[in-house]
Amino acid sequence: MEQQMERNRVREVGERIVEGIFFLSAFMGVISALAIIVFVFYKGLHPFFGENAYSFVDFIFGTTWAPGKNTYGIFQMIVASVFATGGAIIVGVPIGVLTAIFISQIAPKPLVKIIEPTVELLAGIPSVLYGAFGLGVVVPVIQKISPRIYGQSMFAVIIVLTIMILPTIVTLSKSALDAVPASYKEASLGLGASKTETIFKAILPAAKSGILSATVLGIGRAIGETMAVMLIAGNPESGMPGSIWDKVRLLTTNIAIEMGYASGRQQEMLFATGVVLFSFIMLINFILIRMSKKLGGNVCK
Amino acid sequence: MRKKILSILLAGVMMFGLVGCGGNSDSGDASKEVNKSSDETKTSAPAELSGTISITGSTSVEKILNEMINEFCAIHPDVTINYTGSGSSAGIKDTIEKTNNIGASSRELKEEEQADGLKTEAFAYDGIAVVVNPKCGVSDISLEQLQGIYSGKITNWKELGGEDKEIFVVSREEASGTRSAFEELIKLEETDGLTSNAAVSQGNGPVQLAVAGNECAIGYVSFSYIDDTVKALTVEGIEPTVENVKSKTYALSRPFLFVYLEGEIGDIEKEFLKFALSEDGQKCVETHNGIRID
Repeated sequence: MEQQMERNRVREVGERIVEGIFFLSAFMGVISALAIIVFVFYKGLHPFFGENAYSFVDFIFGTTWAPGKNTYGIFQMIVASVFATGGAIIVGVPIGVLTAIFISQIAPKPLVKIIEPTVELLAGIPSVLYGAFGLGVVVPVIQKISPRIYGQSMFAVIIVLTIMILPTIVTLSKSALDAVPASYKEASLGLGASKTETIFKAILPAAKSGILSATVLGIGRAIGETMAVMLIAGNPESGMPGSIWDKVRLLTTNIAIEMGYASGRQQEMLFATGVVLFSFIMLINFILIRMSKKLGGNVCK
Repeated sequence: MRKKILSILLAGVMMFGLVGCGGNSDSGDASKEVNKSSDETKTSAPAELSGTISITGSTSVEKILNEMINEFCAIHPDVTINYTGSGSSAGIKDTIEKTNNIGASSRELKEEEQADGLKTEAFAYDGIAVVVNPKCGVSDISLEQLQGIYSGKITNWKELGGEDKEIFVVSREEASGTRSAFEELIKLEETDGLTSNAAVSQGNGPVQLAVAGNECAIGYVSFSYIDDTVKALTVEGIEPTVENVKSKTYALSRPFLFVYLEGEIGDIEKEFLKFALSEDGQKCVETHNGIRID
């Protein structure tokens, strides 16, 4: 009897310790997120308040970035970030979704065994290598076809970002497509629909929510990409991009390229750039959460 | 289960370990002041030096000087060296007014800055090469032309005697020491500053790559980045070589000097100046792309 109680007590303590470890782990994530938010916002909002504050409107809508002259405008970078991300999504999502359909519904098993790991491998390639690839292959090719004399451009950024978001889109879309009950497909085929009709009219609508969240995550990945983009974008300091052939500087590269040795006002302005970027990311996460609530149960209904 | 807990704990330990290692690295911080005092160790240098040196002046020498100070203080733990980057002119003025022990300058002294007993000691040189694509027809350039190109007044190679092609201007990021030296030497401050048409590459390597990949490109790099993939232009007819930098004939170069008043400096200062010119000191120069004095 006593032995039994002793054993129970030991078990109890063991449980407590394990729970504690779980709690600590969970806590780490929350603390890190809070610390980053507080730090970035504190540093980034500082230059807009107090004595000799910088006008927030000039910061957001100015198109000249010249730290040497105390001029900080990031509108051209916001535009570049939005368009580069949008471009990558417009090109990348159709390719990704069609790849996912192929893997999930059409391709024979041996082919799936080649395509799927290859696409997943793309996700593991360090982004600086994407940049090196872009600089070595994409930029020279664009240089040949571009009306401009250089290849470092919005177009190069879109191409590389498209490749980078493919694994996210393919993997998540494929899970969504796989989760569609087999009965949908069988019913559709049984009613006399062709394979293509079944895919586009029965399976794809049922997997809609998963594909949408894949898209949103793809946007998140594209807008936050830094290293690869820095090597191929050209990074001019000022001037609004007029076409996809123009050099661009994105929000992320602005921070990465100058943070190393910046100090004082310039450093604070880079944090402010970070705040703008952070706001975009939070907006995307917010949309993602809302969307999964709204569309969440679609598949199983 | 046991294994899993163990692995989680191990991961945690490793993470803290990493944090511990990362804390001390030189991160090009906002503060330009270095304060190295180490009283915890008592290594036995032959003649134990102790005291404080204050160095003020050029910000261009910051990276080289910080490393020298770190190395020096590792050998002489009782010595504290404070370095404040305030600009060459301020550093020289401080030395003349005896408010520092040693001044740092990234240019030769001007006529009006000479004073009684004021000595200079070069500890490194800085040289910048202008590079273009090997296919570019132009092979010489003047400082005035460089100013025109980088301010956006000259936009076509034919204005420099080359083909009728637009110039693709490659510069460095705003905070780069090479960029500030380059802009100072071509007197870009006389204009409206860098043309907004210029591409910005982070680091010497990316500039070299960008120029190597574009027939119309022009860029500038440290001497150590000249190789077969790019062509270094002669500036005002002078080739960018270490010899020409040392003989002061190459225009895009400057000396890094220590300035001091003879009679005002003591043993520690002398020892530090000796260290700067020693093999160990010159290694710090090389690490940060400077040109050695010997």
